[in-house]
Amino acid sequence: MTDQNKFDYILQQADNCLILGQRLAEWCGHGPILEQDIALTNISLDLIGQARLFYQYAAEIQGEEKTEDDLAYLRDAWGFKNVLLVEQPNGDFGFTIMRQFLYDTFSCYFYEALMSSSDERLASIAAKSHKETLYHMKWSADWVIRLGDGTVESHNRVQQALNELWSYKDEIVIETSADSDALAAGYGVSLAELKEKRDAKITAVLEEATLSIPEGTYSHKGGKEGVHSEHLGYILADLQFLQRAYPGNEW
Amino acid sequence: MSTELLEQKFNEKIDQEVRIEPKDWMPEKYRKTLIRQISQHAHSEIVGMLPEANWITRAPSLRRKAAALAKVQDEAGHGLYLYSACETLGVERDDLLADLHSGKAKYSSIFNYPTLSWADMGAIGWLVDGAAIMNQVPLCRASYGPYARAMVRVCKEESFHQRQGYEIMLTLCKGSEAQKKMAQDALNRWWWPSLMMFGPTDADSKHTEQSMRWGIKRFTNDELRQKFVDVTIPQAEILGLTVPDKDLKWNEERGHYDFGEINWEEFFNVISGNGPCNKQRIDARKKAYDDGAWVREAANAYAEKKAKKKVA
Ligand SMILES: [Fe+2]
Ligand SMILES: [Fe+2]
Repeated sequence: MTDQNKFDYILQQADNCLILGQRLAEWCGHGPILEQDIALTNISLDLIGQARLFYQYAAEIQGEEKTEDDLAYLRDAWGFKNVLLVEQPNGDFGFTIMRQFLYDTFSCYFYEALMSSSDERLASIAAKSHKETLYHMKWSADWVIRLGDGTVESHNRVQQALNELWSYKDEIVIETSADSDALAAGYGVSLAELKEKRDAKITAVLEEATLSIPEGTYSHKGGKEGVHSEHLGYILADLQFLQRAYPGNEW
Repeated sequence: MSTELLEQKFNEKIDQEVRIEPKDWMPEKYRKTLIRQISQHAHSEIVGMLPEANWITRAPSLRRKAAALAKVQDEAGHGLYLYSACETLGVERDDLLADLHSGKAKYSSIFNYPTLSWADMGAIGWLVDGAAIMNQVPLCRASYGPYARAMVRVCKEESFHQRQGYEIMLTLCKGSEAQKKMAQDALNRWWWPSLMMFGPTDADSKHTEQSMRWGIKRFTNDELRQKFVDVTIPQAEILGLTVPDKDLKWNEERGHYDFGEINWEEFFNVISGNGPCNKQRIDARKKAYDDGAWVREAANAYAEKKAKKKVA
């Protein structure tokens, strides 16, 4: 391993992308409107694509002739560094939208900042991903507004989702040692700066959506350090089934 | 213009292979036949998403996962083009979906079979998309313009799916014993249902004659089925798999493969609702639709509010 910290730092975002992409893939074929089924799949596809770029780079840093699939398929839950937010179950469409919005408002500004990373490879992955994520954020924000300011039922559902997810939104902007080391080394992103922009965006959209902003400040955490919810084990059981059942095969 | 004269002009266009467009006069039965066929096709695309979606979260590599997502998304896109083509005939998507959910409208029976292993993702692409191409390429020349144009786009993507499915099979067949077994098992289960995709024999096909007259159909069911068998057998040989038909052999005289009798009892059973997954598939579609009702209502309510604000 040439750079353990960079490796950890990359995995944080790679795992976010993979796990959320996997969650969204569960919607495929079951969306509320055909056009939105396509949109959900599209975002899933982008996220899996982003995960692959990060894993490929991480595997190179790791050396040992590892591949993207070794990282996705052969680590156990404690090795995953994604935040708890992305492993939350889909719930109804409103819950999925709110989870997506709370993630997109992070990833959009994260990639924006990562484009100026001193690491050229990370900067170029960020540039590609940023374009995609701008579209994701527009989509999820539009839906938050549409559902929030739609009918009484949709308002209540998406408000409920917001209330439930509120304590999961900040883990992603709380610094781990991988985050602070990456920032100090010049290839990472300042989460403090990011949080300010992100919070402003969240507030603006929730207001337009006529939703009330929850007051709680508590944040669940642990995911970035490998301590997950019970959900992740099942996600991995699904994701990794074939690689685990038939080790060493080409697919 | 009298109806007879209109009909005569319509028939002339059909004979001269001039495309019929939405605003043109057309016989009511032609319109009804198109709605039935195109909506059935659209329903097949969206019900067809389900058996493959079943393996996306379990795809064995990230590359395969991305390809599977993209494929199923393509099928959704096909559904979308086809519903739109159908709407040019003066019906609403919601009404078509209601017919799907009530069982009044049919969809391709092949999707009532379960996907039991990863190899099914290969077999479906190779055989099911392969058979779909046989059926659909002639439809690119269908007499109704919007349908023909939708089919051009659809066919391009289907042939990509077919190659991708075959490549999954090829990888499995070059792999471990367990993988080869998986591939053979998938072929055993999907072979006959794929042959059934071409519909009843010509003798039993009630729509063929009129549809051929109207240029909606170009080849008979049996012609297409034969073509599919002839193309597919050499592909199975390259894979080193055994096609599950003891009567299968090359007929030098005919220049075609002879193949065994299809189990028509099974075919009619699956069509009439007794396939292994009929209920499951329709329940899944209904659930998606019903669970989505509040979302569609909210989107409409919001759009109305926006429109009012603009006026004000
Ligand atoms: Fe299709
Ligand atoms: Fe296809």
